[in-house]
Amino acid sequence: MEKFSYVNATSLEQVTALLSDSGWGEVMLIAGGTDLLAELKEYVETPKTLINLKTLPGMDAIEADASGLKIGALATVADIARHPTIQQHYTVLAQAAGSVATPQIRNVGTLGGNLCQRPRCWYYRDESTHCLKKGGDICYAVDGLSKYHAILGGDPVYIVHPSDLAPALIALGASLKIVGPEGEKTMLLEEFFTLPAANPFRENVLEPNEIVVEVQVPPAKPNTKSFYLKAREKGAPDFALASVAAVFEMDGKTCKSASVVLGGVAPAPWRSTEAEAALTGKMVDDTVSKQAGADAVKDAQPLNDNAYKVTLTQNLISRAAMMATS
Amino acid sequence: MASWGEASESRLIGKRIPRLSGRDKVTGKAKYTFDINRPGMLYGRILRSEVAHANVVGVDLSEAEALPGVKAVIQIVEVGNKIRYQGQEIAAVAAETDDIAKDAIRLIRVDLEELPHVVTEADAMAEGAPQIRDDWTGNQSNPNVREEGDLAGGFAQAAVEVEATYHAPVQTHVCLETHGNVAEWEDEQNLTVWASTQGVFGVRNDLAGSFNLPANQVRVITEHMGGGFGSKFGPGVEGRRVAELARITGRPVKLMLTRKAEHLVAGNRPSMTQHVRAGATGDGRLIAYDMKGHGTGGISSGAGFQAPYVYHVPNRRTERVNVAVNVGNQRAMRAPGHPQGAFAMDSLMDELAEKLGMNPLEFRRINDTSEVRQAQYTLGAQEIGWHRRNSVPGAGKAVKKRGMGVGSGQWGGGGGRGTQARVTINSDGTVEAVTGTQDIGTGIRTAIAIIVAEEFGLAPTDIRVTVGDSGPGLPSGGSGGSQTTASVAPVIKTAAAAAKQKLFERIAPQLNAPVGDLRVGNRTIYVVSDRTKTIKWELATGQLGMDSISEGGEWDEELRQGGVAGTQFAEVEVDTETGAVRVIKIVAVQDCGLAINRLATESQINGGVIMGLGQALLEERFMDAQTGRMLNANLEDYKVPGTFEIPEIKSIVFDTHRKVTGVGEPPCIPTPGAIANAVYNAIGVRIRELPITPDKILTALAEKKA
Repeated sequence: MEKFSYVNATSLEQVTALLSDSGWGEVMLIAGGTDLLAELKEYVETPKTLINLKTLPGMDAIEADASGLKIGALATVADIARHPTIQQHYTVLAQAAGSVATPQIRNVGTLGGNLCQRPRCWYYRDESTHCLKKGGDICYAVDGLSKYHAILGGDPVYIVHPSDLAPALIALGASLKIVGPEGEKTMLLEEFFTLPAANPFRENVLEPNEIVVEVQVPPAKPNTKSFYLKAREKGAPDFALASVAAVFEMDGKTCKSASVVLGGVAPAPWRSTEAEAALTGKMVDDTVSKQAGADAVKDAQPLNDNAYKVTLTQNLISRAAMMATS
Repeated sequence: MASWGEASESRLIGKRIPRLSGRDKVTGKAKYTFDINRPGMLYGRILRSEVAHANVVGVDLSEAEALPGVKAVIQIVEVGNKIRYQGQEIAAVAAETDDIAKDAIRLIRVDLEELPHVVTEADAMAEGAPQIRDDWTGNQSNPNVREEGDLAGGFAQAAVEVEATYHAPVQTHVCLETHGNVAEWEDEQNLTVWASTQGVFGVRNDLAGSFNLPANQVRVITEHMGGGFGSKFGPGVEGRRVAELARITGRPVKLMLTRKAEHLVAGNRPSMTQHVRAGATGDGRLIAYDMKGHGTGGISSGAGFQAPYVYHVPNRRTERVNVAVNVGNQRAMRAPGHPQGAFAMDSLMDELAEKLGMNPLEFRRINDTSEVRQAQYTLGAQEIGWHRRNSVPGAGKAVKKRGMGVGSGQWGGGGGRGTQARVTINSDGTVEAVTGTQDIGTGIRTAIAIIVAEEFGLAPTDIRVTVGDSGPGLPSGGSGGSQTTASVAPVIKTAAAAAKQKLFERIAPQLNAPVGDLRVGNRTIYVVSDRTKTIKWELATGQLGMDSISEGGEWDEELRQGGVAGTQFAEVEVDTETGAVRVIKIVAVQDCGLAINRLATESQINGGVIMGLGQALLEERFMDAQTGRMLNANLEDYKVPGTFEIPEIKSIVFDTHRKVTGVGEPPCIPTPGAIANAVYNAIGVRIRELPITPDKILTALAEKKA
C-alpha cells in the first residue's frame, strides 16, 4: 500500500472537518478495516490520510427498547449477531450478521463499514484493470466473466452490493443517521443506496465529507416472521450469490404485509416491490410463493454467466415465503 | 530375506502414533521458511508482468535503485525478450524492509509493446488465433494417438453407447506456504538456503550449478514445509534470484511469493476436455472407447490425462493434444493426470451402466481386473450403505435430494534408489537417524522414528531424527510421486538393523550367547534362548564409550512394493432450489501396503479426499479473455474447502501386504468421480464439468424441466 498519515478521531466535528473539501479518496475513514485494508493493499484506494474511528467514544452502542433499535455505526457485526433482542425480535438482522464472512472478520468489522463497503467485483479489485467504475470506459463483466455479477439494475456497471446487513436492515424499515459539516440528518436506509445509472462510481449518496453514525430500526410488529437466506458456493467465508432478507407480518398463513429485499444480485440492495405485492394480503401457499419469486425476477437481465441467479433468487424468495407459513 | 516381520510382532509399526512435530506445529514453534529470520536480513520482491503477451521495449531500474533502503535491483528480462504470461518475472529487488521492497518494485519503469494474447483454450483453438509459441505451428501440439484392438469391431459388438464431453478446468496447487527461500552467503563460496521445497538435494544441485559452486558448498534446509503437492521441486526463478540478491548485497535475503504470484506462476493442474464415445456389450463388458481430448498446461505442454482409466477396454483409440495459452506453466500436481481422468471415466461408467440398466457397482465389478478393488467395492459399499442408494436417480419431490456414487483410482508409490541414511547409537543410549529426505507434511520424520524405535525396542520420542538438511551429506530424492516412504523406509530399516547387529556383536560375549540369539525389547537386550540373561539398553550402550555405532543402510527392494488401488464412495445431498451440494460422507478405501504409521496414513487419506472434494465442487482458475489476466488469483474467489465443506470421512487403510507403499497422491483421485456420480444419483441430471457449482446444477435442472 501507499504511505498515509493516520489520525485518531476525537470527535465527529473533527472528523467532518478533516473530510471537508478533500473529495473522495484523499481522506478515508477506517474502523474494522476488513474491507479498506484489502483495497489499500491492492492499490485500489491510495488515501493520503486515514482517520481511525475506533477512538470515538460510545459509537458502538446497541440500544433496544420500545421505540426500536439504535445501533451505533461502530458496533461490530458480531455484536449485532449475538444481541439477544436482535436475535429474538429482528431475526433477519441477526441471521444476516451471523452469515457475514468469518468470526474473525465479524469481531472487527463494523455496521458502518459493512453498509459502506465497496464492491467485490474481480475487475474492480484488480489494480491493472481500469474499469468503468474506476473512471474507465467499459464494465468488463459485460463481455467477460460474470458469474458473480448483477442481474438487476446493473446498467452500466454490473457490480453487486456485497452487504448482508443492508438488505436485512432495509427490510426492517431502518433509517440512517449521517453527520456532515452542517450537522446531522436522517434518511431511510433504502434511499441511501444508489444505482450505477445515477452514479457509476459510488454505491450510495454519502458525500465525501459525511459520516454514517447510527442506524435506527422501528419497533418490531407483533406476529412478524423474518428470515435471511443466503446462497453461496462455500460455507464461509463467502459472499452471497444471492440473498433474500424477508420480513412478513403474518395472520396465520395469511401475509398481512411483506418486505422483501435482495442482496448479491444488484449494485444496491434491491427491494422487490413485485414480490411484496404478490404476497401481501394473500394466503401463502406453494403457488403464491412461487409467483412472488417469479414476479421478483421478471425484469432480470442476466449477463453471459449469471442466468442461474434468476432461478436462485426466485427460489430463495419462495422458500422464505413458505417458511413464514410454518 | 529382509522383511518387516509379522504384524503380531510389531510394537509400533502399523499402529496409530501421533506425529513428533505435531505439538510444535500447533503451537507455532515449528519454523517454516516463512519464519526464518537471519541477522541483517533483507527482503526481496519480484516485479511481475500484468500483461500476458508483449515485447519488452525498455526497463528502467533507476528510480527503484534510488529509493532509500533499496540494496539491490536486478533485471530479469532483457529488452527484446517476450513476455508470455501474466506474472512473468521482470525484475527483483532487495531492501531493508518488505515495505520498501514493495514500494521499490513499483518504481521500476517497464515499457512493453503489447501483443495479442490468448488465455483461453477456446480462443487458442479458434481459426486465426494469434500464434503464441515460436516452436509450434498453431497453438496445438501434434496429436498423441494411441490405438489398441479393433475399434470399429468393438463398436459393432456394443449393445449400448454413450457419447459425451467431460471437462475439468485448471486448478492451482494453493500451497498454504507460498514458494520461497531465505538465502545467505557465508563467504563467496558457501551458500546456505532455507527453502520451502519438496527436494533439498534438488535445490542444492540446481543452485550449485547456477552459481558454479561445488555441490558440497551449498547447504539447503527445509525443516518444516507448508505444502507443495508437486509444485516445489527446484529453486525456481525466485530461488535463483534471491541467492543472487544475497550475493550482491552480502546479506541474507528472504523472498517468499505473494498469494497472487503463487496462483500465477507456481504451477497448476492442467485442464482436461474429452469428447468420448464408448460402448458396452449387453452383458456389461466395456468393448469400445474412442476419445479425442485436449488440455492446457499454459505456455508449456504437459497437459496429459489418463483415458481410459482403471477399467479395461479392449478396443480403443485415444487422441490428445496440448493447447498453448498465454498463462503460467503447469507443474505436477498431486497424481498428475489422474483425478481429472478418473472423473471422466467414472462418469462415463455410470452413464453406460444406466443405459444397460445395471447397477454401476456391478458394471464396475465386471470391468475391473483388480482383485484389490473388487474387495474394496464390497467393503466400501457396506460402509456407505450402498443398498440405500436411489434406484431411480432424481426420484421424489423433496427439495433436498440425496444420492450416492462411486469412483476408483490407482497409483504406483513403490519408491526408488538414491537415499543415503545413517543410524547412530551413542554411548548414553540415545539414537540419531539422519537422512536427506524432507518432511513435506506427510510425517516421514515420525515414520523414521517409528522404524528405528521398533528395531531398538525404544519409543519414537527417543529417536532424534534429522531430515530436510543437505548439510550432513546424506542425499535422498525429492518427495514426489508418493515415493518418499517407500524410498526412505527400507534404507532406515536396514541401517537400524545394521547398527543393532553391531551392538549385539559387542554385547554378545558378555551375555555368553551367540549374536543370533540376542533380541531387544522394552529397553533391554536379552537372550532369546535364556531369558535370564539380560542387559539394560543404557548399560549396553554405555560400554561403547567414544566408539559409538553408526551405520548406513541400503534400499532393500524386498521391503517395498509399488502399485495401489483405491475406491471411494460418496453420499451427497443436493438442494435443488439453491444448487448447493453438501457432501455428507466419503468412504475412502485405500490400498497401501504396510502403513508405518496408521494415524498418518489415515491423515494422508483425509487430506486427499478434501483436496478431491475441492476439485469436485469448488476450484477453478478463471482467465479473462479481455485483459489476459487471472481474475481469481486470491483465496476469495479461488475457493478451496473450508470447515463447512468437510464431510464425515471414513478413511480405511486397506492393508494388502507388509511392504511399504506410498499413498500421498492416490486418495485424491477417486473423489471427484464419486461425488459427480452421487450428484447425478441425487438429482437425475448429470454435470459433466467440474467444479459442480450451484450455477451448473440450477442450469441443468432448469434445462431438464424445460
